[in-house]
Amino acid sequence: MKDDRRSETIRYVTGALVSGVLTLLAFWVVMGPDLARPVRLWVLAGLGLAQIVVQLRCFLHIGWHSRREDLQLILFSLVLLGLMIGGTIWIMGSLAVRMH
Amino acid sequence: MTDPIFGRLDGSVTPFDDLFRNPSVNEAVASGAALAVILGVVAVVWMLTRHRLWAPLWRDWLTSADHKKIGIMYCVLAGVMLVRGVLEGVVMRTHQVTALDGGMLSADHFAQLFSTHGTIMIFFVATPLITGLINFAVPLQIGARDMAFPVLNQVSLGLTAAGAGLVMVSLVVGQFGTGGWTMYPPYTGATFSPGPGVDYWLWAIGISGIGSTLSGLNFAVTIYKMRCPGMTWLRMPMFTWTALCTAIMMVYAFPPLTVATAMLALDRYLDFHFFTNDLGGNMMHYANVFWMFGHPEVYIVVLPAYGVFSEISATFAAKRLYGYNSLVIATMAIAVISFCVWLHHFFTMGQGAPVNAAFGIATMIIAVPTGVKVYDWLATLYEGRIRMSVPIIYLAGFFILFVFGGLTGVILANPTIDYQVHNSQFLVAHFHNVLIRGTLFGIFAGIHYWFPKAFGFRLDETLARRAAWLWFAGFCLAFLPLYWLGLMGMPRRSASYDNPAFEPAMWLAFAGGLLVLAALATTVWTFVASIRNRAALACPVGDPWDGRTLEWSVPCPAPAFNFFATPSVRALDPLTIEKAEGTPYEEADGYEDIEMPRNTALGMILAVATGVMGFALVWWVWWLAALALVAVIGAVIARAFVEDTHQRIPADELRQAHLAFLRRVRQTRAVDRDDETGPANKGLARPEVPA
Repeated sequence: MKDDRRSETIRYVTGALVSGVLTLLAFWVVMGPDLARPVRLWVLAGLGLAQIVVQLRCFLHIGWHSRREDLQLILFSLVLLGLMIGGTIWIMGSLAVRMH
Repeated sequence: MTDPIFGRLDGSVTPFDDLFRNPSVNEAVASGAALAVILGVVAVVWMLTRHRLWAPLWRDWLTSADHKKIGIMYCVLAGVMLVRGVLEGVVMRTHQVTALDGGMLSADHFAQLFSTHGTIMIFFVATPLITGLINFAVPLQIGARDMAFPVLNQVSLGLTAAGAGLVMVSLVVGQFGTGGWTMYPPYTGATFSPGPGVDYWLWAIGISGIGSTLSGLNFAVTIYKMRCPGMTWLRMPMFTWTALCTAIMMVYAFPPLTVATAMLALDRYLDFHFFTNDLGGNMMHYANVFWMFGHPEVYIVVLPAYGVFSEISATFAAKRLYGYNSLVIATMAIAVISFCVWLHHFFTMGQGAPVNAAFGIATMIIAVPTGVKVYDWLATLYEGRIRMSVPIIYLAGFFILFVFGGLTGVILANPTIDYQVHNSQFLVAHFHNVLIRGTLFGIFAGIHYWFPKAFGFRLDETLARRAAWLWFAGFCLAFLPLYWLGLMGMPRRSASYDNPAFEPAMWLAFAGGLLVLAALATTVWTFVASIRNRAALACPVGDPWDGRTLEWSVPCPAPAFNFFATPSVRALDPLTIEKAEGTPYEEADGYEDIEMPRNTALGMILAVATGVMGFALVWWVWWLAALALVAVIGAVIARAFVEDTHQRIPADELRQAHLAFLRRVRQTRAVDRDDETGPANKGLARPEVPA
């Protein structure tokens, strides 16, 4: 029981630190080095994905042996994220092409 | 530089000041509204003090973690906001009959009115009413004793109340934004709207939006984890199904709203350029993110109303719900498809035809599951023994007017037609037809249906029936002429018009507004009269409508712990089956000690702290905002150290209470459905039609 609590605490602290670092990295990518625009965007997207993974792992306790309900939840989230992100890129891309 | 202590606040922020300097009808209306808020608060404080109700209010309600009480408080909050929203609607209609080449209100005041009206009706009437009904009914329907997270539930209510409070304060101190309920930038950016109005909207929506996300999580976990033994997915009552879909939609739809408001706040406060005209801002992205929330929101508020209609059509026709599985599938389909249609709110923004076509088609497709539902309810009523009581009147009104609104929605889903009628009164007529008939009628029916379960007595049937007819007639008159006006080219949100041909239709709509006002008054009177007459209307045995689901098997009002013993379920409509088999109201095999959450003040502390923080941010009183934020964080951390969070109720106490209830059941005379609305109805139904 005590070990459980200890490993839980370690997990939450690690999660908080890693997600904090990832957030700061995102700011650094934009404000710091002299990178090409597409490189910056891809790095930002990568950092965003890493953030999702860290939060799922450390805060929501999702692992390879999670329950079926968790899998359903993740798959449904992926569907909605796909709709929202895909739709946004499509809409804003169409607007950008027609406005310039 | 702003004042370090008072920020932007100074002596000239109230409307009274302007009335004094520049007396006019416009300023008189603004001051009258502010005065109404102040008098309302004074009257409530005076009543509470006079009847010595502060302590009971604090002990039994504000600090309670009981899902039923939280649900009722959501509904009361929404009721207060509904009064303001309806009054604003009537003021706007009054303005519009005078608005041929002018009008009694200034354009700016009119813009504030339609902005607050929309904001209030969506965020502080429809959403809290739905949240309240779900809170009240879902744990009872699934055989649970409370929500999965009772204290989080209280926090959600607190955050919603803080947002509503900010909107109310904006009437007295300062002004509200004028950008409509969607507050599109760049108009609402710091350049074009420098005042505090948009900030009121931002913090009201930002704070209450987080509350709604938390509610959604709470409902979803409750329905996933807290169902009683035997309650498999396909044995859940239809209202619980719609609540589940709404909860999941809340979890995914409210974060985009929080993101949109946070980005706009960054623009306004920290000089970011997400949505500005210059320096790389793109205001169209706001519309995109906002409607990613905005469209699902429409279904968030309408799905539980569909759930209510499902329950009442089965109950008041004394028939099993027709096509249960198809209703479940239709609900799920609507929940998913509603995330694929958001672009139809900005067809005319400039994206290419293929994008518009795809979203237009998705919009038309969503009418299919909705149609399935309407047919299912009709089939449920078909050959049933229907009692034309209040909920069924709302259902009938819904059938007629909602289908009208829904069909005009399919028309608007066609981008080529939308280009002609967008931003016109046609649109106003359409969404009032769907939202009022869908959501509001559903909720009114639900309140009438579950009111006895909450308070132990029924609502006065005659008055409630009058109110239902008045709502129906009033909304017909108030919104049907707007279709015509829209097709004739009258734009929405326009403070005045120059075509005299519009005037007669505006008078018609004004008459509708007065009827709606009468309906509101009748509704309030229904509650007052029913409370006065509660002894005659009492139905302590708990089943006044010959109900079909678990919540009707417990007394009215439902005890704090909901069930004497955890129920177990073998089929859909468990209570109806028990009544058909002659085995309801029996002693349980065994009783267990249970643990119920203790009262806590966390929700109230957070409500006050976040409300103060929002107000301080609106007026740039930075020190106060920081202080309030520290209070929020401190309160949450302090709560984590409270270990004694539950109280134990011993099994014997539950058994004694159950036996007392069963004795009462045996002493009560059962009533026929013909006497359902009469004084003989003490809540014991004589089942006549087999399940």
